[in-house]
Amino acid sequence: MSELTLERGLAAFRAEIDAPTAAFFSSCVHCGICAQSCPFYLETGDPKYTPILKLEPLRLVWENEFTLWGKLKGLFGLQQKVTDEMLAEWEELLYDSCSMCGRCSLVCPVGNDLAYMIRKSREGMVQSGHAPEGLIAASVRAIQTGSPMGLQWKTLAVQIKHVEDSTGMEVPVDKAGVDYLVLLSSMEIINFPEYLEAIAKIFDHAGVTWTLSTQCFEATNAGIQIGNKDIAAQLVERVVAAAEKLKVANVISPECGHAYTAIRWEGPNLIGRPYPFRVFHIIEVLDELRAAGRIQTEGMESDRLSMHDPCNLARKSGVIQQQRNLMNLVADNFVELKEHGKFQWCCGAGGGVSSNERAEPLKLAAFKRKKAQIEEVAPERMVTMCATCRTQLEEGLEEFNMEIPVVGLTEMIADHLVEKEAREHE
Amino acid sequence: MSGSMEFLLWTKGPMFDIALAIFAIGLFARLAEIFLLGRKPNYAEPRAGEWLPGLRTVFTRTIADPGTFQRASFNVVVGWVWHIGFLIALLLFVPHAELIKGLFGIAWPALPNPVVDLVTAITLIALVATLVHRLTHPVKQRISTIEDYLVWTVVFLVVLTGYLAYHRLVNPYPVALGMHILMAEILLIILPFTKLTHIFTTFIARWYNGAAFGRKGVQS
Repeated sequence: MSELTLERGLAAFRAEIDAPTAAFFSSCVHCGICAQSCPFYLETGDPKYTPILKLEPLRLVWENEFTLWGKLKGLFGLQQKVTDEMLAEWEELLYDSCSMCGRCSLVCPVGNDLAYMIRKSREGMVQSGHAPEGLIAASVRAIQTGSPMGLQWKTLAVQIKHVEDSTGMEVPVDKAGVDYLVLLSSMEIINFPEYLEAIAKIFDHAGVTWTLSTQCFEATNAGIQIGNKDIAAQLVERVVAAAEKLKVANVISPECGHAYTAIRWEGPNLIGRPYPFRVFHIIEVLDELRAAGRIQTEGMESDRLSMHDPCNLARKSGVIQQQRNLMNLVADNFVELKEHGKFQWCCGAGGGVSSNERAEPLKLAAFKRKKAQIEEVAPERMVTMCATCRTQLEEGLEEFNMEIPVVGLTEMIADHLVEKEAREHE
Repeated sequence: MSGSMEFLLWTKGPMFDIALAIFAIGLFARLAEIFLLGRKPNYAEPRAGEWLPGLRTVFTRTIADPGTFQRASFNVVVGWVWHIGFLIALLLFVPHAELIKGLFGIAWPALPNPVVDLVTAITLIALVATLVHRLTHPVKQRISTIEDYLVWTVVFLVVLTGYLAYHRLVNPYPVALGMHILMAEILLIILPFTKLTHIFTTFIARWYNGAAFGRKGVQS
């Protein structure tokens, strides 16, 4: 890669400005209500974390170069320019203190989609050399090894062996022509190996054919988190190539929020063409199987359960009812957090915040909003469906000495499947 | 006296034309600047269309969600009060309705003067409240620019001069009325070049927002 410079950064900002961006910046009245939707502002009380302020570099490029007024100001030397110093200062605002949760986009009275513009701004930050070390390292690992955590197939192979030993089932690998290509996230493979076992059991139970691909098993996209289209597109192409090679009609994104928005919504635009397959989050697939009567469960969880909606899944992708249908299938005592669904609060770790070690204190501060929400309904356990959210909830709750275990919804469903033998008996 | 009459005639005549021309050209340029940028094609399989969710957000975003209302009640309520008050004074005051009828040929019933008078007084108080809020709330302090204060001043003076003229608090009357008209013209002139454009662009912004979320199956 050639050298990253301010000039390249400005060019990247410029390339991101489109009609919605211009309409948004034209409409902002500096009411400050976006701050009231941002866990990073609310939990630190520092006004520099006001969402619209985080967009100042992009806004300046827009004003200076895309408006008549800005150009007139330029003639008289009155423009405020975006400088390297400014971008260095804004690095913390655009990465450490924003999980791109999109809550501000739902709250802004004039309708500004701020998260959309944060995503765009990060393209300029990368090109000008102002992206956080942690995210750069994750992106490099993703390109070089296929996984942002540097995980290789051989690690997954060991897990597959474990799952096969403990379930007596075969975990299909590189099977062509099956219903679903299953993708995983490295964090899931390392922290939550029970997920793989759960889907093996559920798919066997429901009679679904599926496969993993040795060519590409990683669903996450570090390129989108850091904000680099080239890296992001390359990672998407790997998934597309694997799916095409195995001739699958459907690809399943795992219990990971950003992996889903990356492959489901941004992916086709990154590679500039529609996919020859459809993309689902595992929760969508499970709910479809439930609706089709292909999942039979027995027994109910009787303790008080509440649920955290991952931002990327609920607010940013419209998967809201599905997880509730599944919860109702296996939970007797399910209580909603007060603000949930599209208005849920971010756990504080998404959008690359968790890969950015420097952001650790802010990540924990933002979590306090979630913590307060959880305290309000006092559940015995939390359920979620995103490995990053789950890790953040576990770490955060531990930090505050709250003994509330966190479980993945997919494994909870798997725990309640009617045994095959029992079904055959009926 | 003749000087003040001349001033009034100037604001009603040449100045009005100038203001209207700058407003029209400026606004057209601003809208063209936005729409000519366009949007990149979207290849992701949509869950729903864009138009309906977009249009819905154009309306629904006027009302804050319950959580936001709770967290920012002062901001939301005061914003509502002065926007509605301003619109009532602008559209439902008899002389304004007459002016609109004369200009565009569209007429609607106006409100009795004492009602508009009261609404105007409330609007002025609410505007002062927004200024105090802007000067004291840490977020607003941090994000406010000179433009915010300039725009506030112009909007406030438009309403204030109207109020003063109606109550004959400035003499001679032609100067009072001329000042009001001139302030309104200044507002028209700066509108396309300041955040006042939101009067028009907020509906575009809301549509884009609603469309983007609606496409993904979320009513924003």
